[in-house]
Amino acid sequence: MASSTQPARIPGGTDAPKPGTPAAGGVLLSAGDVGRVVDRMAHQLIERAATTDPGAADGGLSALVLVGIPTRGAPLARRLAARIEAFSGTRVDVGTVDITLYRDDLRRRGVRALEPTLLPDAGIDDRLVVLVDDVLYSGRSVRAALDALRDLGRPKAVQLAVLVDRGHRELPIRADFVGKNVPTSRIQQVRVHLTEIDGTDEVLVTEGDGLGTGARSGATRGSEGEAE
Amino acid sequence: MKRHLLEAADLDRADATLVLDTAAQIDAALAGREVKKLPTLRGRTVVNLFFEDSTRTRISFELAAKRLSADVINFSAKGSSVSKGESLKDTALTLEAMGSDAIVVRHHASGAPHRLASWVKGSVVNAGDGTHEHPTQALLDAYTIRQRLGRLEGVRVALVGDVLHSRVARSNVGLLHTLGAEVTVVAPPTLVPVGVGSWPVEVSYDLDAVLPKADVVMMLRVQAERMTASFFPSAREYSRRYGLDARRMATLPDDAIVMHPGPMNRGMEIAAEVADSVRSTIVEQVGNGVSVRMAVLYLLLGGRSE
Repeated sequence: MASSTQPARIPGGTDAPKPGTPAAGGVLLSAGDVGRVVDRMAHQLIERAATTDPGAADGGLSALVLVGIPTRGAPLARRLAARIEAFSGTRVDVGTVDITLYRDDLRRRGVRALEPTLLPDAGIDDRLVVLVDDVLYSGRSVRAALDALRDLGRPKAVQLAVLVDRGHRELPIRADFVGKNVPTSRIQQVRVHLTEIDGTDEVLVTEGDGLGTGARSGATRGSEGEAE
Repeated sequence: MKRHLLEAADLDRADATLVLDTAAQIDAALAGREVKKLPTLRGRTVVNLFFEDSTRTRISFELAAKRLSADVINFSAKGSSVSKGESLKDTALTLEAMGSDAIVVRHHASGAPHRLASWVKGSVVNAGDGTHEHPTQALLDAYTIRQRLGRLEGVRVALVGDVLHSRVARSNVGLLHTLGAEVTVVAPPTLVPVGVGSWPVEVSYDLDAVLPKADVVMMLRVQAERMTASFFPSAREYSRRYGLDARRMATLPDDAIVMHPGPMNRGMEIAAEVADSVRSTIVEQVGNGVSVRMAVLYLLLGGRSE
């Protein structure tokens, strides 16, 4: 898979998913697939941490902070941390950052309940922060998360890990770690279910209601990660 | 949530809990941060329309709006066209014509925010109207109780003092009842309002009998400026029967807390040593006020503009 080699890509340019492979209206990743994808991403994070901080005794992992974007990025970050610990023996700091108050679409979508923002005691200053989210779509969630991080401290670097990249970016943002690239059309919905929240692990692609991008604004957050 | 926050009854249990939860999340998100500012209400304008003196409420609302990046206009009746005789309606329409999205209003007349809400398109937040209601004070009191005691359901609250003139008492009775607390009003008979029979509260005239069974004692300020008749013989007598001193505080259960909405008359309704004791949440209440008002402004203004 292209994402496993992490080639240098032009931001916002060539990372649009290639057409032709979508599993429209079905299970994109089963529970087993989700587990394998998370394992692979954990390995990639370990490798990347070592190259970011060469020569560090613990392979740069003590500088790493996995910061999940609620709702489903938060359990995903905890899972990645658990797998990294299983593979490397090093405990990795985990946090969450709620982006609700940083969104640029509050006026259009209305208020919603806030989720917790929790950072490790050591903070994020001068550390390698990896934002974790379930689905990368327009890129607006990530933009909001970057704004939130700026108010929380000054990381040495910020990277992005997502379980599914479904394309259709509206901002020059790309992921550093991608579980699966999925070409979709805008009328489709990508739903990520995680055991911690939904009782089951799976990624589904469903056909939207034909309203195009407008359908997104009516979608409730919660069950679909594509609510960018 | 409704578009306005005019009285405690505007909040059902779900809404009130949402405000408290939102305030808690905002508190946690801002704790320990260097930049205590969120971009949420960028480009929105909040007008603080104060026809009555205020220190903490006005500053608290101003800080809350500024921490959410809203533009804040402070308007006090003194030094404005109100002193030339401009009416509340004209003042409100003028402010709205200049693009205000929310009006936070304090007025000496009970019901003024309700009238205001019928004239303007934006949100109206009641920051205290006469002897009627002061809902954000009740919200921050409930928030403080929940923070200290961990719950509101079944918490026994004694509201002590000048209930008759207290908008804080009215809002607290409504909100605490909505949230499941049990409220007892303690006051001299002259300072108990006529309609208290319709309130969801117990009434007592004996502070010493109530204190051993109270989880929260909320002392109310004796509002000398609203007293047009003599309601009690002397300040000393009031203080001796209804003031909270160290001796009375000692009869409270171990984890009970003492609250006061401020400003305090030290030595009148509350002794200085009580106000400064570890049971006192008076300073916390002020800090919590900013978080709760941020939550209210976010929930009223964060959403759709039309």
